[in-house]
Amino acid sequence: MLMTGRQPSSSEDELFSLIEDDGSVAPDGRPPVLSEVDALRLFRALLQVRLVDERMMKLQRQGRLGFYMQSMGEEATHLAVHALRPSDWVFPSYREPGAAFYRGYSLKDFTNQLFGNAEDPIKGRQMPVHHSARSANYVSISSPVGTQIPQAVGMAWAAKISQKDDVALVYFGEGTTSTGQFHVGMNFAGVFKAPCIFLCRNNGYAISTGYQHQTASRSIAVKALAYGMPGVRVDGNDLLAMISATEEAVARARAGDGPTLIEAVTYRRAGHSSSDDPNVYRDPNEPKEWERRDPIERWKRYLVARGIYEEAIESQYRQEIGEEIVAALAHAEKIGPPAVETLFDDVFSEVPVELEGQRQELLALPRYVSPHGGS
Amino acid sequence: MPVFNIIQAVNDALRIEMRRDSRVVVLGEDVGKFGGVFRATSGLFEEFGGERVIDTPLAEAGIIGTAIGMALYGLKPVPEIQFADFIYPAFDQIVNELAKFRYRSGGQYTAPVVIRTPYGGGIRGGHYHSQSPEAYFAHTPGLKVVIPSNPYDAKGLLLAAIRGEDPVIFMEPKRVYRAAKGEVPEGDYTVPIGEAKVVREGRQVTVLCYGAMVHTVIEAAEKVAADGFDPEIIDLRTLLPLDTEAVLTSVRKTGRAVIAHEAPKTCGYGAELAALIAERALMQLEAPIVRVTGFDTPFPYSLENEYLPSPERVAKAIRDTVRF
Ligand SMILES: Cc1ncc(C[n+]2csc(CCOP(=O)(O)OP(=O)(O)O)c2C)c(N)n1
Repeated sequence: MLMTGRQPSSSEDELFSLIEDDGSVAPDGRPPVLSEVDALRLFRALLQVRLVDERMMKLQRQGRLGFYMQSMGEEATHLAVHALRPSDWVFPSYREPGAAFYRGYSLKDFTNQLFGNAEDPIKGRQMPVHHSARSANYVSISSPVGTQIPQAVGMAWAAKISQKDDVALVYFGEGTTSTGQFHVGMNFAGVFKAPCIFLCRNNGYAISTGYQHQTASRSIAVKALAYGMPGVRVDGNDLLAMISATEEAVARARAGDGPTLIEAVTYRRAGHSSSDDPNVYRDPNEPKEWERRDPIERWKRYLVARGIYEEAIESQYRQEIGEEIVAALAHAEKIGPPAVETLFDDVFSEVPVELEGQRQELLALPRYVSPHGGS
Repeated sequence: MPVFNIIQAVNDALRIEMRRDSRVVVLGEDVGKFGGVFRATSGLFEEFGGERVIDTPLAEAGIIGTAIGMALYGLKPVPEIQFADFIYPAFDQIVNELAKFRYRSGGQYTAPVVIRTPYGGGIRGGHYHSQSPEAYFAHTPGLKVVIPSNPYDAKGLLLAAIRGEDPVIFMEPKRVYRAAKGEVPEGDYTVPIGEAKVVREGRQVTVLCYGAMVHTVIEAAEKVAADGFDPEIIDLRTLLPLDTEAVLTSVRKTGRAVIAHEAPKTCGYGAELAALIAERALMQLEAPIVRVTGFDTPFPYSLENEYLPSPERVAKAIRDTVRF
């Protein structure tokens, strides 16, 4: 059979990167315009994810936090949202807290969510790391992977139907491209030219399952072809390249030219979650390879090459973030769990009669101590 | 006799059957080299290789759909769904396909797939690592639904399920995966599907339960027994087919019934049990049937202990029913 469609172009196969080893920008690259203020703001944002992860993981190991998921090495992918407007929408998975922070989700809310305490913005309903930040247009995270993909397409499509130029960006891991949800979402987006940016963090693993068990495709980006949209492979540890590729996709979406699939090639250096032990299924030396390609170090070299890096600024950021974390934790650990009666709220807009009966039944029982230490 | 927990018992059953029957294959997410996130398939990849212990792409519909195809060909697939909460992407394959193959082909085709999946709360897993979806499957003609509560039953029921001719949803109570320990005979034995077990004999009230809830009910029974109450506890072990005789015989004897499960109350499996008792033992009842269940809300995170039926709630139901 003759292939009459678009032949795979270089963009689906080549890895797009901009920041060279010495921090300079590739001479033939098209770097995005980035002010000094933004470049430093992004640096602080990268540091924040790393420092928060380190602290929370330690806390989990000390038994003070039920569960945690780290992003170590993937932080640059979170900050692709720099290319969005605040009025755009983000459909996250569980491994992009940096995108929430960058859009204004506070460390305090983040920490309260982890503890599921009475000040948790989602009222202790979900496990740690399943945030929801309405004010940041950061949509509620679900554990069942991939469900957010068609939803993001619907949101983007709705903007188009409403003749607005809002776009939606959806995050997911490469493992999630195996789900039906991914293919359904991509197909709808292609057919309806939905202004949606599909951002796949290809970090090499879905829990223990490696890329080659997930797909026989030579890349994730190439999957875009079959759905009639452009696909790009981007160095996911190169923040400048991530922002550039995302800006391009956003511009195309706003212009009415439809969706883009961005494959961010990166690596999951830590375990899948605090419940995981990656040494059972992968060579402990493997992550070391990727330490050399650390996205934060890379950004630092870029700042140095631009002449705007100062050690004093970095230590100031580290100190500020550290203090913020300590304060958020001190507060979150003090707050007890949500009131028992809240268990029955938000199932419906109003509590049905039967459910109200169940609430009264529970409230009439002697109370017992919650694992949070409150009552 | 070795003492096993439920994970070890499941693992033992899989190993025995894979050695005995080369048609048995295990497939699912992370079940291979890693041995499953709960380690239930640990060591199988090393012994039987990647052709029979298969790490699949992340797609439950794919896992169950292909398992059905394998079964139609004559293999005996035992897929694992990592958490019962993630079984829904495969719902169409299970409910519309797996359950109906025999019937819709007039008996020409059968797909005796045994789907293993950990279910239930109590592990601080929030909405998506805690659900008890057994009622959806018990409501689907063509599926057997088996839920063991202890290692002995887990091994014997799983062996019986794999050797059977029908599809089975085999739900494993993950809260007591490691906590429930017991003597498990080495080698081969089966526990027949469709037979309930009287866990505690009593005269005053029948408490019906299954899976992890059995342990909660036993705890409750110990509490109330200290005050002179005498409940009878039945571990259903199989929801479908249900051992109706065991249920009715006990209720006719005690004249009272308490039903306990973690799943939400409305249209939960307890509703079926209550209806059965009302239809066939109403005249012997001396008190209203009481259900102790999860509330009709999604499974919560922080208030999990309040949501789950506690020994205290079960004990209260026993006392109230007996004193009625
Ligand atoms: C539908 C569904 N099946 C199984 C799981 C269990 N699970 C949680 S995360 C995960 C792997 C996801 O891998 P990937 O999409 O690559 O994202 P990553 O974790 O690498 O960021 C699995 C199998 C789930 N959450 N949802």
